[in-house]
Amino acid sequence: MAKELVGSEIVLKALQDQEVDVIFGYPGGAVLPIYDTIFGQNSIKHILVRQEAGAIHAAEGYARSSGKVGVVLVTSGPGATNVVTGLTDALMDSIPIVCITGQVPTHLIGSDAFQECDTTGITRPCTKHNYLVKDVNNLSSTIHEAFEIAKNGRPGPVVIDIPKDVQFAKGSYNSVEENKIRKHRLYEPQVRGDEIKIIQALDAIANAERPIFYIGGGCINSGLKATKLLKEFIDITKFPVTMTLMGLGVIPASNECSLGMLGMHGMYEANLAMHECDLMINLGARFDDRVTGRLDAFSPNSTKIHVDIDTSSINKNVKVDIPIIGDVGIVLDQMLRIWKNRGYQTKKDSLSKWWNKIDGWKKIDCLRYSNSKEIIKPQYAVERLYELTKNTETIITTEVGQHQMWAAQFYKFEDPKKWLTSGGLGTMGYGFPAAIGAQVANPNSLVIDIAGESSILMNIQEMSTAVQHRLPVKIFILNNEYMGMVRQWQELLHEGRYSESYMDSLPDFVKLAESFNAVGLRAKKPDELDDLIKEMIKVDKTVIADIVVDKTENCFPMIQSGSAHNEMVLNKSEKQDKESAEKGKVLV
Amino acid sequence: MSNSVYDSPKTSGKVERHILTILVDNEPGVLARVVGMFSGRGYNIESLNVAEVSSNEHLSRITIVTEGTMDVISQILSQLVRIVPVHSVNDLTEEGSSVEAEVALVLIDSHTDNKKEIFRICDIYRARKIENEHNSIIFEIAGTSERIDSFIKDVTKIERIEIVRSGPVAISSQIKKEEEQ
Repeated sequence: MAKELVGSEIVLKALQDQEVDVIFGYPGGAVLPIYDTIFGQNSIKHILVRQEAGAIHAAEGYARSSGKVGVVLVTSGPGATNVVTGLTDALMDSIPIVCITGQVPTHLIGSDAFQECDTTGITRPCTKHNYLVKDVNNLSSTIHEAFEIAKNGRPGPVVIDIPKDVQFAKGSYNSVEENKIRKHRLYEPQVRGDEIKIIQALDAIANAERPIFYIGGGCINSGLKATKLLKEFIDITKFPVTMTLMGLGVIPASNECSLGMLGMHGMYEANLAMHECDLMINLGARFDDRVTGRLDAFSPNSTKIHVDIDTSSINKNVKVDIPIIGDVGIVLDQMLRIWKNRGYQTKKDSLSKWWNKIDGWKKIDCLRYSNSKEIIKPQYAVERLYELTKNTETIITTEVGQHQMWAAQFYKFEDPKKWLTSGGLGTMGYGFPAAIGAQVANPNSLVIDIAGESSILMNIQEMSTAVQHRLPVKIFILNNEYMGMVRQWQELLHEGRYSESYMDSLPDFVKLAESFNAVGLRAKKPDELDDLIKEMIKVDKTVIADIVVDKTENCFPMIQSGSAHNEMVLNKSEKQDKESAEKGKVLV
Repeated sequence: MSNSVYDSPKTSGKVERHILTILVDNEPGVLARVVGMFSGRGYNIESLNVAEVSSNEHLSRITIVTEGTMDVISQILSQLVRIVPVHSVNDLTEEGSSVEAEVALVLIDSHTDNKKEIFRICDIYRARKIENEHNSIIFEIAGTSERIDSFIKDVTKIERIEIVRSGPVAISSQIKKEEEQ
């Protein structure tokens, strides 16, 4: 039977029933009743952030590194508007978040009350779904439904806006089970693939001469079973595999079939293989413009298979030949079963020719850079970080910019959920709070935010959060005193007019760390790097490591905007022709 | 573009008018979700109509007339299905046989010299006189949008009028095998 509780107790009870163990939040007037209830309990831990943007990015980091739903609690008005960036980020990168926002009392809604804003109106386009709960008797079922929507299908953020009077009102509580019976309609996206389409896909796979797997973040969201099945399928077919920025780690970088990341700053061999393949098998990726380059020249001669749980991803940017709607893990299971039952075989001769061609592209060694003994090259810094942490359970987060791409290129990921980066929205300031969330979820892992000096300043206030909660997160700043990626585009597309991309008046990051009672370290020369990294790992405290790197280094290889996969630029000396550079300028 | 042996779902090209009907939960904000998806993703709404169709199940039906290539229309359909309170979406234009109708109210000055001629046109179009107060005459006309267009064209030739149109609603003329939940 339904129990009578007050609204704020219903919130906590529902979160407990959903097996939430941590909330990231910031109190304020409109959520005081909920905070009062948090005060009197021990089962849910509250992580106090220093700005609401930090709360939602931390919840994203928590969710992505644990596979659970991240929970955020903020107040009305500015509390709610401060999480909008994070909600959009979670929507773009398909991260399950439940964000509870306080609201002014029901009778004041619409009166421009203090700290009132139209939260559901503002967050409607940047959430998977949102609610304004006006009746306390709907509160528990709304929360349970929100969790279901956040984690099922293509995951995403859900906002629940709760007016203050509803938090005080008495109402009935429905458990998860009671809620299932009550609901007139369940949120049930299609998860099994259409068998006819699957057989078409397997026929194409068996007949492919130049195939490639194109793996996206959907394979991580689908769970460990999907990763396992995918590895098995790759073992059987021996097809080359490329991963998107979001998909890194699904297939170990050391796997013989892995070509690494594709796209704008992806591997030369991966992009060339995408361009020349005759069969593309897209599993849980969405043909993002950073991946496809110029659309009318994208993989012109291939049959395309696309498995995605989100119908709207199919044929949105790129026309595909065999669309399969479903959960990639379940579809892979169906595929493997039929493959084995029907005794399918791949075309081994054609495949070995295809691999020969790919090996030829690999010889270009697209990531090579000229190292220096005088100055730390950012690529070298990431390489050393990888070498010295690869035997430790490590989670890498990043901010957005050059450092993010160098991290994606030079850090080798062997497992999923170890790489957290803002892919779709490209949110500077994401990495540090995300690292805090990841450390909360994985207290025994080494969590490192590979950052730039510009990005880190966007959420530097969270130092206080990390220190308060004794989270030994490491911030590894590749400090080139520029918004590096902006500077790189200005160099390549705007004739070197570095408008507003120089970071003047930077703080002394070592002193900054010390002022928060954390540890600050600095390396200026390549030979200081290894000792710094070892020290950073050894210290059981929050660390800012300021790595002074080459100011002028650019991130290569690169497909410039408006170019196709086979028009990759390998280094600075290779100039793009003037006409396409003009076209590229108007793109982002 | 791709040398596929399989059918491509839709070929791009001609911009067509499509009538979509969307069955939604009748709850606050649902219209904003649907309309916001159109404006946010840059799709057109030519006309929009919404009313409750089942009060005990709290369901409303939205009828939207939109324009686009087949690619755009199919993207609109799958974006609509993603909206949580949307139960089902039908493209009546694609499904073939459907009936559409629109209502218009037309107001004219009762002192006009052209009264006789206007009454004659109304007779032809079977427009119904529904009110005659305040020195005005109001006609109600229902039917396809084309019929209303041509009625308006004929009347405006001889008289200045004020007009309000509902935008079309439409229904599939086939009995569905499986009733929507």
